[in-house]
Amino acid sequence: MPAGTLYRGREGMWSWVAHRVTGVLIFFFLFVHVLDTALVRVSPEAYDDVVATYKTPIVALLEYGLVAAILFHALNGLRVIAVDFWSKGPRLQKQMLWGVMIIWIILMIGALYPVLGHAAAELFGK
Amino acid sequence: MSSDTSSAQAIGDVEGVSLYDVDNPAPYIEAPRKRTGKTPRSTRGNFEMAAWLFMRLSGIVLVVLVIGHLLIQLVLDGGVSKIGFAFVAGRWASPFWQVWDLLMLWLAMLHGTNGLRTVINDYAERANTRLWLKGLLYTATVFTIILGTLVIFTFDPNIR
Repeated sequence: MPAGTLYRGREGMWSWVAHRVTGVLIFFFLFVHVLDTALVRVSPEAYDDVVATYKTPIVALLEYGLVAAILFHALNGLRVIAVDFWSKGPRLQKQMLWGVMIIWIILMIGALYPVLGHAAAELFGK
Repeated sequence: MSSDTSSAQAIGDVEGVSLYDVDNPAPYIEAPRKRTGKTPRSTRGNFEMAAWLFMRLSGIVLVVLVIGHLLIQLVLDGGVSKIGFAFVAGRWASPFWQVWDLLMLWLAMLHGTNGLRTVINDYAERANTRLWLKGLLYTATVFTIILGTLVIFTFDPNIR
């Protein structure tokens, strides 16, 4: 392929890619999550056993990733709605993406302790 | 550019002499793409537009439902550590949280299914591949929605 012919897009394209990837990941988790919750109809022990894996440090890290995917998908989804329905949306799409990223980073810092605190306590002691 | 724009000479023979007049009107030419009795009825409907609108409307509701869900399950009151059968039983004792979870289940499943339908349509190039992938997707969706709905409605805190 000759150099420089691959379209690499800009903010608009990469946010579209990230929206797809996070959406698909969240959807696959949703299937698993409905199945694990369905265990409450089997027995309290079966449910508590599976939920115990959700409390391990490795899965806590996956939960942090899930929170990251959901928050990005939610914030960027609101940006997409603004682009579609707000008269100034298309012109400000780039600025809105930076707004999305700033809010996302703040929320992810806020989620650090609540989501990962118990895992850190388990790994490194209180 | 000045000499021949000033007088009637600028009007050529064709423009100057009309083939038609009041007694001999020009034939009526139908507007292009006008809908007539012969126009085939659209067979597609507005499904894609409805799906597009559904993604935006359900998205707004899901932002509230899912972020609230994350706050309750992962952040407040000890985060994930507190979750267990007893916690679920406590929440589903209230119709409010039953409706919350039911609405979240249905909207999230339909929102995600439509999203994956779009992804399949975009990337699966063979018609047969699309057919099978979407068949699998819809089967999994129907199964998951029915399962989740039954779990919420038939939940029994005294199962043991």
